[in-house]
Amino acid sequence: MLEIKNLHVEVGGKEILKGIDLQIGAGEVHAIMGPNGSGKSTLSYVLSGREGYEVTQGSITYKGQDALAMSVDERAAAGIFLAFQYPIEIPGVTTMTFLKTALNAQRKARGEEELDAVKFLKLVREKAKPLNVSDEMLKRPLNVGFSGGEKKRAEILQMSILEPWLAILDETDSGLDIDALKVVSEGVNALRSPERSMLVITHYQRLLDYIVPDKVHVLSRGRIVKTGGKDLALELEKSGYAEYGADEAA
Amino acid sequence: MAAVKETVETVGEVEKYKYGFSTEIESEKAPIGLTEDTVRYISAKKNEPEWMLEWRLEAFRRWKNMEEPTWAKVFYPTMDYQNAYYYSAPKQTAGPESLDEVDPKLLETYEKLGIPLEEQKMLAGVAVDAVFDSVSVVTTFKEKLKEAGVIFCPISEAIRDYPDLVKKYLGSVVPVTDNFFATLNSAVFSDGSFVYIPKGVRCPMELSTYFRINEKQTGQFERTLIIAEEGSYVSYLEGCTAPQRDENQLHAAVVELVTMDDAEIKYSTVQNWYPGDENGKGGIYNFVTKRGDCRGKNSKISWTQVETGSAITWKYPSCILRGDNSRGEFYSIAISNTKQQVDSGTKMIHLGKNTSSRIVSKGISAGGSSNTYRGLVSVHKKAENVRNFTQCDSLLIGDKCSAHTVPYIEAKNPTAILEHEATTSKISDEQLFYCMQRGVPEEEAVALIVNGFCRDVLQQLPMEFAVEAQKLVGISLEGSVG
Repeated sequence: MLEIKNLHVEVGGKEILKGIDLQIGAGEVHAIMGPNGSGKSTLSYVLSGREGYEVTQGSITYKGQDALAMSVDERAAAGIFLAFQYPIEIPGVTTMTFLKTALNAQRKARGEEELDAVKFLKLVREKAKPLNVSDEMLKRPLNVGFSGGEKKRAEILQMSILEPWLAILDETDSGLDIDALKVVSEGVNALRSPERSMLVITHYQRLLDYIVPDKVHVLSRGRIVKTGGKDLALELEKSGYAEYGADEAA
Repeated sequence: MAAVKETVETVGEVEKYKYGFSTEIESEKAPIGLTEDTVRYISAKKNEPEWMLEWRLEAFRRWKNMEEPTWAKVFYPTMDYQNAYYYSAPKQTAGPESLDEVDPKLLETYEKLGIPLEEQKMLAGVAVDAVFDSVSVVTTFKEKLKEAGVIFCPISEAIRDYPDLVKKYLGSVVPVTDNFFATLNSAVFSDGSFVYIPKGVRCPMELSTYFRINEKQTGQFERTLIIAEEGSYVSYLEGCTAPQRDENQLHAAVVELVTMDDAEIKYSTVQNWYPGDENGKGGIYNFVTKRGDCRGKNSKISWTQVETGSAITWKYPSCILRGDNSRGEFYSIAISNTKQQVDSGTKMIHLGKNTSSRIVSKGISAGGSSNTYRGLVSVHKKAENVRNFTQCDSLLIGDKCSAHTVPYIEAKNPTAILEHEATTSKISDEQLFYCMQRGVPEEEAVALIVNGFCRDVLQQLPMEFAVEAQKLVGISLEGSVG
């Protein structure tokens, strides 16, 4: 599904990622853990193609294609989804309108028929229910005045409607209380399938109690310094990131 | 929702300005330039009564001694008023009695413009008066409106058929000498619409006018007069386009609205005159005076405008809130791109007690354009308990455009409560990235965000207009990013 080779990334002339190698197979869930400032969010942005993140060396191959040659929206239509740590407000655009615009833009890019209003509404209702997203919330402008929990649920709702092949969850647990964390995790777990891969970026082990990964990687100072199974996360919880250079973290 | 999608499809299909075609029709023009003879020529062409000619000539005499205003934040070379045509009409003999008698080429033009002129399409419930260059070509659905007692006809016809009404109201809201452009219009106006809604009548359909300037070097000076008698209601829509030409063309219209006790007029405009090319060559100079007079108690006038075209826009649809408890509203979206200059806003003149007004202005500037909101809220000393709420939001796209907000407030009565809110923002890279990460291509993302920004105003438009307006938002911002 995803193959990252010797990836070096600069932001504003400063090297943040210094040679990342990572392979995620179809159906696998990988977690990236690491102290603040280790380059976790940079990795999520460079995978989704954000401007300002300059790849100086290495490659990203997604489903056999050179992802670096694709624009942000092309990658999205090809199935790369990023659940944002801080979802962005879009004033005046209702959640419903946004979802429909996004879904139909992707379908159009893939040469599929766009969904009409009736089919779309049915789809949204079906996906919104398990995430406790009310009709009222769907009518509000996206993320405007949403609580932390509402924002994250809206992200997972988008993900379940867009049905990506590679989902990147950037600190999805931040700002969530335990109940909201459960709802969000259940939403994510419902999307696990043998064809779908996930990259879960998190600072804390807590999220991984709910979304159990196949592999855990520790990212520090722009490099993956350790890889293990889900138990690695528990170890980190006990010992902290000190031995991986957390002293440098902000 | 679907409109956003359509926006993008339209953006894909349509070249920069899709209304930029011109129609080859033989036309009759007044000799070039402006003299008393021109005024007489126009009046004679219209078979006007003597009193109308006198009215025009008086305006012309006054105009000769007036000077063009210079206070607006717009810049343009001096206009040569003697090197323009003031009257141009598609050549035909008598006025058409039915659609069959209208030049098919004209009908074709309207079809290209997407105006539902044919009767069957009219069943959608919109009556259209189409003004081509200077004359009103056909007014559809006249009969059905007549049954309701509504008069909806070209103003030239009203001058002949309803002289008492016209005499009573013409120039009563915008006086002949109001301003340079209004006075010019008074002298040379050629056609426009006249609407009269009798007491207690709710106009059974939306009324609509479509303006088009076709001839070269022609000014268009239309004159619209709408009177809503006690307890009546009308919703009026106006749309405008013009062909793509290298030279600038002047459009100086006057619109007057009058509401009596408990009456309401809702006036919506989608203005998409040719804006000029990306270097600022050509385009319409739009100098328009629009004013409504809430003459009666509890009456209401609401202006909604979507301004995307014109090289220069100089326009301040206003309300005189004379009747006690009357209400004025102004909802505006003004989009400027490339070298367009917009100086637009409103005036709310509170004269009566308990009068209220609401102003919501959304200015969007892109390219190298300049976009100014200029507004006045004035409270007369006898006007007790006045309320006003003003909200001016500006959105900037790119770093070569500018937005300006110039609100004037004059409160001479201490009981007035006036609120003013203003914001200026940019479409952030984060918003664009977020939308694009969800699969929305960049231009569609801009259209989506801008439509969101304009939502409060778009919601005020009648449904079919709202859809068109949403599309326009996307088209007019084409090429403004990336």
